[in-house]
Amino acid sequence: MTRSNPNSPRYSLVAIVLHWVLGAALIGIFAMGLYMADLPFSPWRLKLYNWHKWAGVTILALSALRLLWRLTHQPPELPGQIAQLMPRWQHWAHHGTHYALYVLFFAVPLIGWAYSSAAGFPVVLFGVLPLPDFVAPDKALAELIKPFHELSAFAMAGLVLLHIAAALKHQFIDRDGLMGRMLPGRR
Amino acid sequence: MYLSTYLPKLLLAATALTVASAATSVMAQQKLVPAQSEIAFVSKQMGVPVDGRFKKFDAQISFDPAKPAASTMAFTVDVGSATVGSPESDIELPKAVWFNVPKFPQATFQSSAVKGLGTGKFEVTGKLSIKGNVRDVVVPVALTQSGAVTMATGAFVLKRLAFKIGENEWADTSMVADDVQVKFKLALTGVGKL
Repeated sequence: MTRSNPNSPRYSLVAIVLHWVLGAALIGIFAMGLYMADLPFSPWRLKLYNWHKWAGVTILALSALRLLWRLTHQPPELPGQIAQLMPRWQHWAHHGTHYALYVLFFAVPLIGWAYSSAAGFPVVLFGVLPLPDFVAPDKALAELIKPFHELSAFAMAGLVLLHIAAALKHQFIDRDGLMGRMLPGRR
Repeated sequence: MYLSTYLPKLLLAATALTVASAATSVMAQQKLVPAQSEIAFVSKQMGVPVDGRFKKFDAQISFDPAKPAASTMAFTVDVGSATVGSPESDIELPKAVWFNVPKFPQATFQSSAVKGLGTGKFEVTGKLSIKGNVRDVVVPVALTQSGAVTMATGAFVLKRLAFKIGENEWADTSMVADDVQVKFKLALTGVGKL
């Protein structure tokens, strides 16, 4: 059984909801991107590409909301006992992973959006709302940008795996109940 | 091998050429300048406007702004020259479900009536044939002149499904809209003063 620490402050409900909703969305959109990239030309592929863009822009907007929330609502500090047990490199990894993830929450969709614009396909959110092109259509630029959307997405996937591995380590190896801070419900 | 032997033949040939070119120029005094002309189209894919154009087309035009009713215009467009700017889409366009280029290499337009609307504006009625489907179209054309070149510009909407452009799974208009905006800019030489 997990020993929950009643004294450890938890993340706010808004932060918890955004964390899980966006976590699931990011895994979904990443899988979608992997799947659709090699599909042959078809209506199905066209649909997926547009859905991927709409989902990406939605995730970008929610990430902005999440960042705003994070900046205005102090996240709970690591419980003293757990923090003491963590070697210095883990403290670095803990903060570094979170900072890098936040950077990528913005970088990956923005690079994708830029690629779409450069390739001559402006993003029309949900098929009705044309979004501005912040880069002009330019084939050469599109080819230049293209690999960076994929690379940054893979970098995020790597960090997400690291984040999950660390959370599971705390939960099942250290059994320190750290994960309870981000789980919904009363603990 | 004396020039004197060949000279009469050369002269004859030159005369024949002159006569031939004079004859064609009587039939169509106006010429298209392809390098300054453009036939473009905008289709909508799930709300996203996608720009395309035809790289190769030609026109036979006999047009007198003073007597528009006596004018005729004919266009041929090599549909195999269509491009929408991305290589992966471009290789699809000649296929049977889209333009079926092997069977229908050219789209044509033949005017049946030209009406002057004043101030350099005209209304051209005619038959548009794409992929073996013929439809009547009415195209507004505006003329502007600078120097020896007359620019004819206009735009009209065609229904792609009426021409079977995009069949089967691609006939779904929630994916690709039925309306396709066609825009043209044609540079002509030899047009009389407006």
